[in-house]
Amino acid sequence: MTQKNPEYDFKWCPGCGDFGVRRALEFAMAERIESSKLPMETNVVIAGIGCSGNLVHLLEGPQPFGFHGIHGRTLPIALGAKMARPDLNVVVVAGDGDFLSIGMEHIAPQAARNLDVCCVVMDNAVYGLTKGQSAPTTTLGAITSSTPYGKAEEALNPLELYLTLGVTFIAQGFSSKVKDLAKLISAAMAHRGFAIVHVQSPCTTYNDTYDVLKGNPKKSLAPQIWDVPAEHEPSRREAAFQLVQRGGVPLGIIYRQEGRPSLDQRLAQLQERVKPKSVDELMAAYQLS
Amino acid sequence: MKTQDFVVRFAGEGGQGVVTSAEALARMAAEVGYHVQTFATFPSQIEGGPTWTQARIAISPVLSPGDALDVLVALNRHAYEEHYPELRPGGVVMHDASFQVEEQGHTLAMPFTELAKQAGEARSMNMVILGALAHLISMPRQYLENFVRLRFKGRDAVIEGNLKAVALGFEHAASGEFRLGELALPQKPAYPQLLIRGNDALAVGAMAAGVDCYIGYPISPATPVLVFMERNLIGPGKFAYQASSEIEAISAVLGAGFAGKKAMSATSGPGLSLMSEGIGLAWMAEIPLVIVDVQRGGPATGMPTKTEQSDFFLALTPAHGDSMMPIIAPGTVEECLFAIIHAFNWAERYQGPVIVLSEQTLAERVQNIPKPDLSSIAVEGRNVYRGGNGYLRYDGWEMSPMPVPGGPGAYVANGSEHDPFGDTTHLPQRHVQMTERRFSKLKALEDGTYERHHAEEPIALMPWGASKGPALEAYNTLSSRGVRLAWYYTMYLHPLPPKLLQELQKKELVLVPELNYTGQFSSYLRSQGVRAESVRQYTGLPFKVRDLVRWVSERVEARGGRMVHA
Repeated sequence: MTQKNPEYDFKWCPGCGDFGVRRALEFAMAERIESSKLPMETNVVIAGIGCSGNLVHLLEGPQPFGFHGIHGRTLPIALGAKMARPDLNVVVVAGDGDFLSIGMEHIAPQAARNLDVCCVVMDNAVYGLTKGQSAPTTTLGAITSSTPYGKAEEALNPLELYLTLGVTFIAQGFSSKVKDLAKLISAAMAHRGFAIVHVQSPCTTYNDTYDVLKGNPKKSLAPQIWDVPAEHEPSRREAAFQLVQRGGVPLGIIYRQEGRPSLDQRLAQLQERVKPKSVDELMAAYQLS
Repeated sequence: MKTQDFVVRFAGEGGQGVVTSAEALARMAAEVGYHVQTFATFPSQIEGGPTWTQARIAISPVLSPGDALDVLVALNRHAYEEHYPELRPGGVVMHDASFQVEEQGHTLAMPFTELAKQAGEARSMNMVILGALAHLISMPRQYLENFVRLRFKGRDAVIEGNLKAVALGFEHAASGEFRLGELALPQKPAYPQLLIRGNDALAVGAMAAGVDCYIGYPISPATPVLVFMERNLIGPGKFAYQASSEIEAISAVLGAGFAGKKAMSATSGPGLSLMSEGIGLAWMAEIPLVIVDVQRGGPATGMPTKTEQSDFFLALTPAHGDSMMPIIAPGTVEECLFAIIHAFNWAERYQGPVIVLSEQTLAERVQNIPKPDLSSIAVEGRNVYRGGNGYLRYDGWEMSPMPVPGGPGAYVANGSEHDPFGDTTHLPQRHVQMTERRFSKLKALEDGTYERHHAEEPIALMPWGASKGPALEAYNTLSSRGVRLAWYYTMYLHPLPPKLLQELQKKELVLVPELNYTGQFSSYLRSQGVRAESVRQYTGLPFKVRDLVRWVSERVEARGGRMVHA
């Protein structure tokens, strides 16, 4: 469909980072259809549950196929869609709660498989849609509605986790830098393997981190974001680890491993090697003489 | 009179080749034209633990594993003690010579291992046993010898060793001076036959239905389906894959179904529990897929290698919220093959999830069946949307063609309540419309068939699933004793064929043999206005015919007696 639906009334709060992420994804998909000459319908956006998942309903312009499923299961749904149809460009959009808390168990297997999907993870370090509970990336000691006396868990470093698990493309973007983010998403889509673009996408209602991220001289806040230096070699795993352990929020391509076959490539090789049996042949194995 | 039918049980320890003895006997007997059925129950471990398998061989089709043993082959003392009480009067015990038994008469001590060693083929103990059995039932030894030549074709040394084992077993039994009678000669069916296990029949059926994607997770007793698919579901656009959990499996099946493929998974109760939210999503987002639940004893880990029919409620409403899944429950090995084809047809036709309820005994059973005529059943494909843009995927109250990614009609397959576009909405009238749309689609599935005999009788016997065989045998016995009952059976449990339901609603009483404590299917029938009662057993084992005969007679008599004593 190309028109918007008047009945759909979900709204992000003013200033929500997800607006920028949506725009960046639109740019990246538009660029892909422009350069590949493939129709928009060859893109599939698989969305998680939470504020961020609503992105799939809010895309403007030509519409890709979408799947807005259940909480935490974007990756395995993407596994089925991609393996069934390697010709499709499969994009996962999910929040930090969906992807890193309930959906955590699915990251490692897709990394081991090098599943060829592009994940855009919108991290606001809070559960927004359920009104402000603590999330894996929420900082230690933070007061939220579910940690009224301060969060007792340390914050997860998602980039370090992705590196450890063997994700073959890792980048980080910021929702306010839409054009940079669009480029990262384009590069992730072009990557033949498991790609994650982790995005700092602040929640203006429950965890407004704009000042912390960008810095605010009036509040004596130094910016947390910093650009990955031009001399960084993303193919070097050790360098990537050093980068994500340096503190702050590095923006850019952190790690990229080329040449490792993706799951669909491996299965395609297998299919060339093994000759399938017809139903008659299968049945013949059981036939009495 | 010659014996029409006999039952042999092999009892020993896991790893002793007990399983293969029953299957080898069944295969040998089936090859020469007998009808066979095996029955196995395993410990949930690889080596050790009491194991037994059973083969029933008859000159007419075998309906149940058999109640009483004609022959008990006991490989150790424990096995002997455990199974002796099930030997019929006059039955024979063949036991390993390494231990003594108290009972005299029809017992035969045999040095199984030594005879196998003498034969020069250490793994030929099965053949020693089969040779002895051939003597006991006066089966021509030549049947067995032909079977050995066929089975080990091209391996002359192995053939020689096994033939020697057969001869040694036969001669040793001949020294025992008694026989079990003579088994009537087989009447080999004129039509081609398969000797196949329930799980394999189901997997072959799925291939015949055109399954594209299989994603599963190992779980007893469904694992053989995964193993079959990993081996055979390969080729352009097709794949089988082991997921990291049942949650991943159902989610990936959803993704594949959404992407336009025929997708399935097979699991058992614990896996179905984990899949429940995903199955609800398939119902909500209208994604065709098939899930097989090979039932085992539950709840929780329960009894992984025992049988039960206790997942009917779970299969009907696995998910939260308003939904009711279509269920097809095969009752025989042959029905396993057709059930899954129908399940795929239903899934494509109503665009949603379909559950196939199998069970441990059926899954592990090896049986001879007529070679299925696949031309007797049309395979249905997806009704793909081929129009232009601006399509309303979830329009109206009824089925609409399904867009497939890459083609026209992009929409959002949505697990939240949605409007016709697929966008989320919580408007009351939309929830009413969409709920009614989802339930009304079930009407497309009211084409199930059913069996009925003596429909004029006011009291009916209606088993489901694999209780069909023992119930039919009990029904035949009861009929021969003048107990008048109607017989109904269908594998289409939900939605029930409407005419069947109408007939059942007119009965005074419908007796439902089922292997669960909660009386699940009769409870469902009562909710549909049928005066139904369960005949329950929850031992982890299938019904014995003699128990069903007694229990059903008691219920009928309690109703004021419709017994006509001959």
